[in-house]
Amino acid sequence: MLQTCALSLLVFTGASQFALVGALAAGGGPVAAAAGAFFLGVRNAFYGLRLSQVLALSRVARPFAAQWVIDETTAVSLAQPTRRAARLGFLVTGVSLYVLWNLTTLLGALGAEAIGDTDAWGLDAAGPAVFLALLAPMLKSVTERAVASLAVLLGLGLLPVLPAGVPVLVAALAAPLALFVEGRRGGRARGDAPRP
Amino acid sequence: MNTWIAIGATALGCYAVKLAGLMVPAGALERPLVKRLAALLPVALLAALTAQQTFADGHALVLDARAAGLAAAAVVLMLRAPFLLVVAAAVLVTAGVRAMGG
Repeated sequence: MLQTCALSLLVFTGASQFALVGALAAGGGPVAAAAGAFFLGVRNAFYGLRLSQVLALSRVARPFAAQWVIDETTAVSLAQPTRRAARLGFLVTGVSLYVLWNLTTLLGALGAEAIGDTDAWGLDAAGPAVFLALLAPMLKSVTERAVASLAVLLGLGLLPVLPAGVPVLVAALAAPLALFVEGRRGGRARGDAPRP
Repeated sequence: MNTWIAIGATALGCYAVKLAGLMVPAGALERPLVKRLAALLPVALLAALTAQQTFADGHALVLDARAAGLAAAAVVLMLRAPFLLVVAAAVLVTAGVRAMGG
């Protein structure tokens, strides 16, 4: 139970936690299990790239904010119109998720059987619905829509053949690919002067 | 003991990648192309995640009640309904389809 709670407190990236527990339960070695979990966490680095622009955090605040750089906080922050709202969104989402995630982990570790089948309540559809609602306003132009469509195709198409977490990372390639096509169409890239 | 090693390694690794993204200096992100890329990457990742959470069952692709729930969410979303209504529609329709044996 201590280990379950430590995972939620320290790792705080759901997919990685499930992957680690799954691999260990299946008899995998600690190194292989940790490597798989790490792979699932890599996408958080891409989120950080964008978040550091949107939030404009000070150097001191970054190490503290980093633990909360996850799918949900990114989706909420990027959906906000102003920097103030984005920061507030990041903070509120980060704090509430961190508290709830760890509380529910504790409850789950104490007595998972009491809850019953959560799927019967349709709660597993809440996650993707939240992502969909946050993603929709980002799909403003043709490029964004093309990126999202291609990412969906890649993410679903590769799911059966690649290890968990890898298809989503491959799907991220939709972004540079779309930019490349856009650049070719728009002729020479603008304003990309070499730095001194 | 082995489990603790795995937990420690995962915690360190996952924190390191989160921090790495945030610590990339602002100067490197000022170039328009990099800026566009950083803006498009979350779109790609979130789109792929949404699709996977809807259609994935382990390594298999399935069409179950979740798809109906997501479709309902999309319809409600297009009607410009508030955020909570969108999520509620997905949950209710998914539970409803399951209750009917879907």
